[in-house]
Amino acid sequence: MIAVELRGVRKSFGTQRVLDDIDLSVPAGSVFALLGPNGAGKTTVVNILATLVAPDSGTASVGGYDVRTARDSAKGVLSLTGQSVAVDEVLTGSENLIMVSRLWGLSRRESRLRARALLEQFDLADAARRQVKTYSGGMRRRLDLALSLIRRPEVLFLDEPTTGLDTRSRRSLWAQIRDLRSAGTTIFLTTQYLEEAEQLADRVAVLAGGRIVADGTPAELKSQVGEDVVEIRSADDELLGAVATDGSVDGLHRAITQLAEVAQPDATVSLRSPSLEDVFLSLTGPALQQKEVQS
Amino acid sequence: MTALSPRRRVAVGVSELTFIERSLRRSVRNVDALLMAIMLPVLVMFLFTFVFGGSIDPSGNYVNYVVPGIILLCAGFGASSTAVDVAGDMTTGIIDRFRSLPIPATAVLTGHVVASLLRNLVATGVVVVVALAVGFRPTGGPGDWLAAISVVALYILAITYLFAAIGLASSSPEAASGYGFILLFLPYLSSAFVEVSTLPSWLQPIAQYQPVTPTIEAIRSLLMGTSMGNNAVIAVGWCVLILVIAATWGAWLFRRKAGHR
Repeated sequence: MIAVELRGVRKSFGTQRVLDDIDLSVPAGSVFALLGPNGAGKTTVVNILATLVAPDSGTASVGGYDVRTARDSAKGVLSLTGQSVAVDEVLTGSENLIMVSRLWGLSRRESRLRARALLEQFDLADAARRQVKTYSGGMRRRLDLALSLIRRPEVLFLDEPTTGLDTRSRRSLWAQIRDLRSAGTTIFLTTQYLEEAEQLADRVAVLAGGRIVADGTPAELKSQVGEDVVEIRSADDELLGAVATDGSVDGLHRAITQLAEVAQPDATVSLRSPSLEDVFLSLTGPALQQKEVQS
Repeated sequence: MTALSPRRRVAVGVSELTFIERSLRRSVRNVDALLMAIMLPVLVMFLFTFVFGGSIDPSGNYVNYVVPGIILLCAGFGASSTAVDVAGDMTTGIIDRFRSLPIPATAVLTGHVVASLLRNLVATGVVVVVALAVGFRPTGGPGDWLAAISVVALYILAITYLFAAIGLASSSPEAASGYGFILLFLPYLSSAFVEVSTLPSWLQPIAQYQPVTPTIEAIRSLLMGTSMGNNAVIAVGWCVLILVIAATWGAWLFRRKAGHR
């Protein structure tokens, strides 16, 4: 079953074309990561799917509901945690949760119970009665996510959910995402952190210049770059250059020859598997690896 | 975790009630703004009765003329703070959360508007009590008072909803408070502080037919026993028209406009 689908979606703001013929489909129950440089249009994709922005053309559906023609049904199965934290600063954490629970149709009593359970689950019980403006960034993010999980959504959109979080908060959010996935929720996330996509995603797509330039499992995308990456680093571990190879002896030989041009006397060479970062840079930037070698 | 999907059907009015509760909590916690909302009308009334009043009406009865005007002027102040509140929602991420929920498009604005109406009615009550203390001597009976309060409430509701929609349309809270200035100016171009017949002749038709004059004249007639004419009908007509336009515009904006940061 397909949980999220985009077909031929285009969107311009004024004269600026942000999305140009986007096709994507995400199977139910999986974690999907949309990668792309700043300004690539990741947030616009999420906003279209979350019914906040209408596409100029093409169709988008969530949980099988078209976001334009069956907007309310689509809203009923999705939750959104946007890029900026969507909480009421003047209210307390508990009041925020009760408010959104009521908006989902829970009774006052059910709302209180649900709020209490979520505060417990997200490690906010001690701060329940404090106004959110006294919360730290990590606490706000946790409350924000809790607000998206009043009832378990079929599809959860997370737009750069870990931006600005410290390592510990990031890890705990990743754990929450994995739990949700095992409970059957489809997760559609955008991120700038390739490690995050590497850790969480079943499938990855790269958005650049308003188009999907790659779409597949992390392993598939990595194999497009090449078999191995040869890196050369200076004595103080600064990256001097990196070249992808096809894994053959000849290929390795060519790579070493190329890298010799930038070598410093005490530089060291190492061989590693390609990372999503290599995929990302080779797709979204001017060929960085070549540039580094030539500079 | 507890699975609470699928979503239940939300009872009619629950979303609105929830947002009214939210806005009231926010009002009560914003003590500075709440004090200002109540103090400002009282200060404005002192200004008009004690500072300007003597030269406008040397007989000393100006307070009896000016109170309905003060009430409407202050309704404008209160309403314009709603535009700022709504524009504030637009600049935090929260409006996008609300917009992604399956709730009526007008519920968020209704919450802001009803809370503002209640704040404004409290301020109006304080103004009337202080006015009575400084010599305001209305002649209306309980029925007249009830009718006058209804007219005031309807006017506040209409103008507040309009300001709420303006808040949604503005690009920032600062812009929202700027747009509000034009509407705050309307009471000065009405029969609020001086009789329309004393204005230059080109200004008289504007003053006579804009919404504020019939509303003030209707309140004056109810409380002070001046002649009603068709002022009540025109006042209610204006308020209902403004309310319908503002609610339609507001719902349209809510569906279309994403938050901006």
